Amino acid sequence: MKLREIAHSRTGDKGNISNISLIAFEESDYELLKDKVTAAVVKDWFQDIVAGEVIRYELPNLKAFNFVLYGALGGGVTKSLAQDMHGKSLSSKLLDLDI
Amino acid sequence: MKTIKIGSGAGYADDRLTPALDVMTYGDVDYIVFECLAERTIAIAQQRKMQQPNEGYDRLLKYRMAQVLPLCVEKKVKVISNMGAANPKAAAETIKQIAEQQGLHGLKIAAITGDDVFTDIVRYQNETLLENNRSIKDLGDSIVSANAYIGAKGIVQALSAGADIVITGRAADPSLFLAPMVYEFGWSFDDADLMGKGTIGGHLMECGAQITGGYFADPDYKEVPELWNVGFPILAVTEDGEYTVTKLPNAGGLVSEATVKEQLLYEIHDPARYLTPDVIADFSNVSVKAIDNDVVQVSGGSGRPKTGLLKTSIGYKDGYIAEAEISYGGSGAVKRAALAKQVIENRLAAEHIKPIEIRYDFIGLNSLYSNEFASTAEAAEVRLRVAARTADKIMAQAITREVESLYTNGPAGGGGIRSHIQAIVSIGSILIPETDTDITVSYWESNK
Repeated sequence: MKLREIAHSRTGDKGNISNISLIAFEESDYELLKDKVTAAVVKDWFQDIVAGEVIRYELPNLKAFNFVLYGALGGGVTKSLAQDMHGKSLSSKLLDLDI
Repeated sequence: MKTIKIGSGAGYADDRLTPALDVMTYGDVDYIVFECLAERTIAIAQQRKMQQPNEGYDRLLKYRMAQVLPLCVEKKVKVISNMGAANPKAAAETIKQIAEQQGLHGLKIAAITGDDVFTDIVRYQNETLLENNRSIKDLGDSIVSANAYIGAKGIVQALSAGADIVITGRAADPSLFLAPMVYEFGWSFDDADLMGKGTIGGHLMECGAQITGGYFADPDYKEVPELWNVGFPILAVTEDGEYTVTKLPNAGGLVSEATVKEQLLYEIHDPARYLTPDVIADFSNVSVKAIDNDVVQVSGGSGRPKTGLLKTSIGYKDGYIAEAEISYGGSGAVKRAALAKQVIENRLAAEHIKPIEIRYDFIGLNSLYSNEFASTAEAAEVRLRVAARTADKIMAQAITREVESLYTNGPAGGGGIRSHIQAIVSIGSILIPETDTDITVSYWESNK
């Protein structure tokens, strides 16, 4: 199953750092996400893009996570050569992760 | 309990105006906030001001204000905006002139200054940019701007003095929304929990439609009614710092727990430590609850005392980016695009063109995620994109010319070449003590 079936997501950017939220559609899926979508899994999934570390913050009240990806934006929005310099489309890639 | 309503009028510099006018006309709001200033926008505005001292404010200021001012008077809505960009005083003067042309008498306009610390840059010679450790000293003459993110205080002062329109430069986005709460409810800046709650409310509102169904729709998974007509949000805040988010009933879009959660986590790092000039806001215990159709209650925000340091954006000239693209279609399209890439690589080597960084994308196959694809891959169409960073413009031009020459010198059937060269203004940050800034409020008033 792809993450997309049980969660939604949005990407934000600050300098060369990307943050990607992961929010369960149903509260009951929060524990499954917590178990399957670790920082290590996300770092591996974005290995072609992310140079630095990945930190996962848990938001149990919201049944959500916030992943912070360092060195993810090709040097930062203003100088990145990437087509999508903000990394806006990274959320869609996260939701394609198979769990 | 006293309640105020604050509308969002823009979530970025070029945002739509009609939804803002609708919020002012039908939303029964007390305030409307136009957030229009991205990190790099102010550096570019600063360059405009250097060439023309009366310039440097938001390019859409006149367009927006011509339609906003009549509603500001008719509906008694106060306006707060960072459309001052690099020149809040010139923006205020311009607004005064528009008001007078429209016969709107006695409008009081305030300009907040003090965020611009460019003339003091020498004080920070020994600082290094947080992002890449480059020193201010080494950046030298390439620096074009230095603006500290200032907080809500100047805006509160302006509102207390009776301003109808408050124009800032580089204020922190949530502070634009926090300020009317502080003013209306008499909150103390030392009450970190209230500062935290208000800041989180501002954070939710600062991107306009991103909380009302914009940037949310994903057909079959997340449906948004009438997305084309998505409305801007309205925040109803009570004096104890609790609030609901909603939209106009006739506007498109939706406000749901899901839309609010996505925006709550947008562009934040550690949810327990969201740093602004006013407070360290703590999002970690926030909860959201839909209490009616398109009405979501947000509670549980808190805060800790501010750091006393202001993030300060340093804009500096950082070379050029050259971009050029060409499309290939039909059978063999991917192989022809790959051959075109090879041609460019060999040409640049033969001509001794060595950019600082170069990147090739096959749009349709790998441009977003840098993924590998098989050399036998087929696609109905593919677009080769060449992007390079160069120190000077001449090399940038040489690179785009190489792509342009693929028309007559490259593989068969290449078409639709577009090329673009842009001077880069990079943004880095340093932290400066709040006490280094001198926040000043100046006033203008249209003829009585």
